[in-house]
Amino acid sequence: MLHIVACIKQVPDTKIIKMNPKTNTMDRASAPAILNPYDAHAVEEAVRLRARYGGVVSVLTMGPPPAVKAIKKCIEIGADEGYMITDRAFAGADTLATSYALTKALEKIATIRPIDLIICGKMTIDGDTGQVGPGIARRLDIPPLTSVNKVVEINQDEGYAIVHRKLEDGYEVIRSTLPCLLSVEKEINEVPYSPLPNMLRAARYQPHIWSVNDLPDIDRPQLGLKGSPTIVSSVWAPAKPQGGTMLEGTAQDQVQQLLNVLLERRELLEVGRS
Amino acid sequence: MNFDDYRGVWVFLEEKDGVIAPVSLELLGAGRKLADKRQTELSGVLIGEGVTALAQSAFEYGADKVFVYDDPIYRHYRTEAYMRAVLACVEKHKPEILLYGATSTGKDLASAVATDLPTGLTADTTQLDVEEDTGLLLASRPAFGGNIMATILCKKYRPQMATVRPKVMKALPREPGRTGTIIAESIPLREEDVRTKVLEIVRATTRRVRIDEADIIVAGGKGLGGPAGFQLIHRLAETIGAAVGASRDVVEAGWIGHHHQVGQTGVTVTPKIYFAIGISGAIQHIVGMQNSGLIIAINKDSAAPIFQSCHYGIVGDALEIVPMLIQAFETALGRKEEANAGKV
Ligand SMILES: Cc1cc2nc3c(=O)[nH]c(=O)nc-3n(C[C@H](O)[C@H](O)[C@H](O)COP(=O)(O)OP(=O)(O)OC[C@H]3O[C@@H](n4cnc5c(N)ncnc54)[C@H](O)[C@@H]3O)c2cc1C
Ligand SMILES: Cc1cc2nc3c(=O)[nH]c(=O)nc-3n(C[C@H](O)[C@H](O)[C@H](O)COP(=O)(O)OP(=O)(O)OC[C@H]3O[C@@H](n4cnc5c(N)ncnc54)[C@H](O)[C@@H]3O)c2cc1C
Repeated sequence: MLHIVACIKQVPDTKIIKMNPKTNTMDRASAPAILNPYDAHAVEEAVRLRARYGGVVSVLTMGPPPAVKAIKKCIEIGADEGYMITDRAFAGADTLATSYALTKALEKIATIRPIDLIICGKMTIDGDTGQVGPGIARRLDIPPLTSVNKVVEINQDEGYAIVHRKLEDGYEVIRSTLPCLLSVEKEINEVPYSPLPNMLRAARYQPHIWSVNDLPDIDRPQLGLKGSPTIVSSVWAPAKPQGGTMLEGTAQDQVQQLLNVLLERRELLEVGRS
Repeated sequence: MNFDDYRGVWVFLEEKDGVIAPVSLELLGAGRKLADKRQTELSGVLIGEGVTALAQSAFEYGADKVFVYDDPIYRHYRTEAYMRAVLACVEKHKPEILLYGATSTGKDLASAVATDLPTGLTADTTQLDVEEDTGLLLASRPAFGGNIMATILCKKYRPQMATVRPKVMKALPREPGRTGTIIAESIPLREEDVRTKVLEIVRATTRRVRIDEADIIVAGGKGLGGPAGFQLIHRLAETIGAAVGASRDVVEAGWIGHHHQVGQTGVTVTPKIYFAIGISGAIQHIVGMQNSGLIIAINKDSAAPIFQSCHYGIVGDALEIVPMLIQAFETALGRKEEANAGKV
């Protein structure tokens, strides 16, 4: 019986988020909160491994109370259990403080059911650092495996995992001891539409919700803003691009003008042709 | 923590296929400026098997010193082994700033090192500066899908660490013969201590498309209408000897493979000429190509954001313009002698 925990985060949909041009802040109301798309793949992979080997899939999130919705989404994908840690004490965490709080929650989950494998997304679409997964692995002192695009084998009896790590021009096959932590690429799987029974279960499902007081041996100075070595000192909108020269005339004219521009840089074309 | 004990700017030198990765040379360029401003040394940390000789090229690109961990145990990148070396080096020599390329290796290593030290780590930096007197690193990065820039500080911990996007900083011109000091380092690390093994490395068998190295890129978007329309992109690219790029939506539609994707979640490119054809110009695409030398946009919508980020724009139907362009080039570049010269 494998116990796999996927770490998941609720994020604003950055594709449609609007900026307030006066204050340079994000208009959060303009963007719906969604399950971080990369984390859907983490949960899906956990569900697929459960189908292969049997076991239990849990998901864990740290976030404000509305993040329960992201957990429900994971139940739709097929997770069995959802855990959420939520407390003002966690607010303002950078990746170091985030990995600390999540590690404390994982330690508590492990007292309920020992953990064999942790799966994280490659990154989130808001903070976008990709640093939390390896951070958790270091704190638990288990091997971090990033850029994973295939899980070849999980052998619980012999205590090892074999995975592919994506390289720029191929992949490497890695064998690691278990437990370990995987940060998975999007291409590792496709998340299908959720089957109806999962949707029904998700609608009723109530996750385990813990505050900071529920986490044993927690060192409060390591949490939230206080426990974060990095500080966001200023935020600004990136410089607006100027815009270029629009070519005019008939299509023929425009093509000719463009050709002239490019032929002035003919040496570049020759370079390209070699 | 006594900040005065921490001096010097360091760059993690990533080795790839027997040379120092371009991003590490770019970081030596950026690091040199920071070190000069702080009147301190610029050092590299080089880890691998048989890598000592590569230190010379680090000197030629601006390093004063290189700490080398040369041992068969470092043959392949493995987080635990490399992390132990970097941690030992930092504890022994105490840099005030340590930069890594924001590559999959650099990010993996930096995240692990930051957790163990512990210290702050700014991700995917695109601008770097340092306060001359305090040594405070000002690391700025895009966030929220490139919608904002944020400047991140690490005031209470040393070293200050950042991963830096490839192709954003500039390497210094190589100075042949410039020398520096090699410091050979080692730590007691046995193979049994490393819990991961690299069983095999598989290189992609398909012809490698390295759009990040191309001088010219012809990139196509959803505006080409379908795989058939996208063939025009391939034909234009072939005509002028360019690599083919694509927007994410095209990749997701399956018209072309993922390694052609330009942008935030694809490749960052800086070719001399970049064609964006039928690409709307979403911010996530722009961040991946905005530093190209000459950007040409073709789009039928005159309000498409891509026109804000191009040098020359044509408003028109790509399915009409691109064939004309192919023909014009074929004539001008002397292919197809039989084509009616002058009559393009
Ligand atoms: C503008 C801006 C810039 C920032 N820059 C930095 C920076 O440079 N360095 C820094 O240390 N912090 C930075 N932060 C803070 C950082 O975004 C938060 O610490 C965040 O809680 C976690 O980082 P992430 O979103 O980058 O996650 P990532 O590291 O990208 O997430 C990787 C994976 O970890 C798991 N995970 C991440 N967060 C959670 C969670 N809350 N609950 C459960 N699982 C989770 C998921 O599986 C996720 O896919 C920044 C924040 C902002 C607003
Ligand atoms: C977290 C995140 C990461 C992302 N990462 C990336 C990334 O790395 N790279 C990336 O590209 N995108 C990325 N995206 C997606 C991005 O937001 C856009 O959705 C995508 O770039 C749009 O692709 P497109 O321009 O091809 O398509 P569309 O936005 O559909 O644009 C098609 C364009 O073609 C024009 N057009 C239509 N017909 C014609 C014609 N006959 N002739 C000429 N023009 C025509 C239209 O006017 C339109 O401007 C990301 C999004 C998110 C949220």
